[in-house]
Amino acid sequence: MSEAIAVPKNGKHPSYLDYQGKHKGFLGWILSTDHKRIGILYLVSILSFFMVGVTFGFLMRLELLTPGRTIVDAQTYNSFFTLHGVIMIFLFVIPGIPAVFGNFFLPILIGAKDVAFPRLNLLSWYLYVAGGLLAVISILLPGGPADTGWTFYIPYSVRTGTNVSLALFAAFVLGFSSIVTGLNFVTTVHRLRAPGMTWFKMPLSVWSFYSTAWVQVLATPIIGITMLLVIIERAFGVGLFDPALGGDPVLYQHLFWIYSHPAVYIMILPAMGIVSEIIPVFARRTIFGYKFIAMSSIAIALFGSLVWAHHMFTAGMSNTGQFIFSLLTMVVAIPSAIKVFNWTATLYKGSIELATPLLFVLAFIFQFSIGGLTGIMQGVLSVDIMVHDTSFIVAHFHYVMFGGTGFGLFAALHYWFPKMFGKMYNEKVSKSAFWLLFVGFNTLYFPMFIMGWLGMPRRYYDYLPEFQIYHVISTVGSWILVIGILIMFGNLIKALVSGKKITDKNPWGGETLEWTIETPPIHENFIDIPTVHEAPYQYKLNEATTLKTQEVK
Amino acid sequence: MFNGASNFAKEVDFAFLFTLVVSIFFLVLITGLMIYFVVKYNRKRNPKATNVHSNVFLEVTWTVIPTILVLIMFWYGWVGYVDMSEAPKDTLNIDVTAQMWKWTFKYENGKTTDSLYVPVDKPVKLNLHSLDVNHAFYIPKFRIKKDVYPNQQRMIWFEAKELGSFDIACAEYCGLNHSYMYNKVKVMPQEEFSVWLNTTVPDSTTKNDSTNKSTGK
Ligand code: HEM
Ligand SMILES: [Cu+2]
Ligand SMILES: [Cu+2]
Repeated sequence: MSEAIAVPKNGKHPSYLDYQGKHKGFLGWILSTDHKRIGILYLVSILSFFMVGVTFGFLMRLELLTPGRTIVDAQTYNSFFTLHGVIMIFLFVIPGIPAVFGNFFLPILIGAKDVAFPRLNLLSWYLYVAGGLLAVISILLPGGPADTGWTFYIPYSVRTGTNVSLALFAAFVLGFSSIVTGLNFVTTVHRLRAPGMTWFKMPLSVWSFYSTAWVQVLATPIIGITMLLVIIERAFGVGLFDPALGGDPVLYQHLFWIYSHPAVYIMILPAMGIVSEIIPVFARRTIFGYKFIAMSSIAIALFGSLVWAHHMFTAGMSNTGQFIFSLLTMVVAIPSAIKVFNWTATLYKGSIELATPLLFVLAFIFQFSIGGLTGIMQGVLSVDIMVHDTSFIVAHFHYVMFGGTGFGLFAALHYWFPKMFGKMYNEKVSKSAFWLLFVGFNTLYFPMFIMGWLGMPRRYYDYLPEFQIYHVISTVGSWILVIGILIMFGNLIKALVSGKKITDKNPWGGETLEWTIETPPIHENFIDIPTVHEAPYQYKLNEATTLKTQEVK
Repeated sequence: MFNGASNFAKEVDFAFLFTLVVSIFFLVLITGLMIYFVVKYNRKRNPKATNVHSNVFLEVTWTVIPTILVLIMFWYGWVGYVDMSEAPKDTLNIDVTAQMWKWTFKYENGKTTDSLYVPVDKPVKLNLHSLDVNHAFYIPKFRIKKDVYPNQQRMIWFEAKELGSFDIACAEYCGLNHSYMYNKVKVMPQEEFSVWLNTTVPDSTTKNDSTNKSTGK
């Protein structure tokens, strides 16, 4: 299935970084179908957009430092949160971990030489870049950047004169990028596992990439079509959603969230996979409850598709609807809770090294727990009526998407960095950066829970004086956070340029397949496809005593 | 923090407090265990690990207990919500119009205002609709919120339990001045309210005399 790997022109088995195929230099990167190079292309583009998103977030916090105008006017502020949301959602968290680390490591983790469809894989990156450029163009064209919020609710999104159609089209194109990646991963996991790698011998990150991929394939077309319909409505005045034309604005919200709620699981599941991958390595012991963690990924993907209308508890649904969606929302929290308990139990009787990746993972568990628990609070109908569309929600989703997925991505970056580049970063600096991120993050978002409960609505350019104290704390948090981000990336970039070279295959002592190959990996990953005999995370060598265990089979 | 001023406040605040306490319990439990394990089983202190694969009893316990807890939470939320969704029969009815970026309140006798005046201890029903885009009618102190749509009717009701003046905000993004769509609800003693309702103020529409009897109780 994967295309025949061409013989390199330079040496026998050069690393994928040195490999020379048909094209040289820059072209050798942007025309490469090597999943590892595509992963790096994604890494660079996704982190660039992340920094753009951070800039908008930082400016928003600055504006909110004082009531009234601080640095920009209301129209600009409204565009800021729209662009911030669109970039962070469609260009950072949704592609995020699968596009970067899924591309780079999924084939290696299952003992394959590439993904099932390498060319489609490259196409997905081009679609991503095209979507990103469209989004950027929509900022620059006359008419002005979209000011609808990332949710594009109708009828405002039909009425406003800003470049909404272009922003919608950008999201449409990005959707295809996501679908192609999903299709590729589903096929890869089904078809290209190494001999002996049965389903329950797959690393847990593979389980989570696999469940994510299904959601990408099944849910994304819905948002694609919905965005097209809005564009049609804007362009031709067809009355689908706009009540002035006889349409139904609530229908739009249903269609939007039928995708965008499952999308929340596209965002979080891969990060959960990363957590399951990293804890055993640094605790030097087997994962607790492998099957429960694997199955909970599937359960989350399934049940997560049935709870979309919990975003619409104030929209005036029937009581039957409210009842069912609230109940299902509460139930869908359980598989996530199961994961958290199993991760914590995996630390029990380990031999724990508190390296940078594990620090990020522990922060993930803490912050994701806060995000998840407040999510349960929002699932409680009467409470949601109070906190819906307040900064409580803003805090909740940043705790999940940034405190969870964002920190998960940083964990993965620090964990796989030496394997990907054959360079090591300064661990002392990376730990200081971590603490700045951790303190900054919580200072930035925790006050938003309090404000939200006290009645501070979201998407507000201005606010009542009684909320200022919380806004000030939050803005100071954003400064600490941004310093942490800059130090973290500075440290990694410095490592790329002048970091300590490493060729050790297994610097952390992991037991999944990527640690059995060269550092950095050779172009074809494995010279001979390995045969897998055991489930991952055995860690038999470092065992003190063997307890009576329930074998994972 | 828990100073709601309507008939729903007690129920909502209780549900909030209950979920909050359970959440804090689990957060402290997980974080505490994490820190404890990291310290106790640090590689320096514990160079050899012990493999524990799984334990069915534990898995069942930490599935069943949270499930029961979330079902209890769900129930409190549902019960609180049902109260909000059904207005009692004998209410004071007011039409609320939202538009970019202001609220208008129209009483049954035709009197029209930009602030909402209501009597204390009497159920008030608001019929909500919008002239342009989506808005959401939100009184934080009363713990109530409802989206407001053009060409569609929505209903919200409450019974104010405290005299005074509280904020009305718009909670659904509606463009440029969304954050300035604030107004006040003024809760008055019942007699004072009847007097107010039946007095012609300069900005009110005419015809309040003819409908006096139906509302001025
Ligand atoms: C330095 C980092 C960040 C800062 C300072 C920041 C700040 C903010 C602020 C102030 C808002 C507006 C809140 C409001 O509606 O009143 C916001 C909204 C939002 N943020 Fe962030 N954020 C950051 C990172 C992130 C990340 C990493 C993500 C996603 C992974 C994210 C996703 C969102 C989304 C989806 C919205 C909602 C936009 C909307 O209302 O349409 N943010 N953020
Ligand atoms: Cu959702
Ligand atoms: Cu508004």
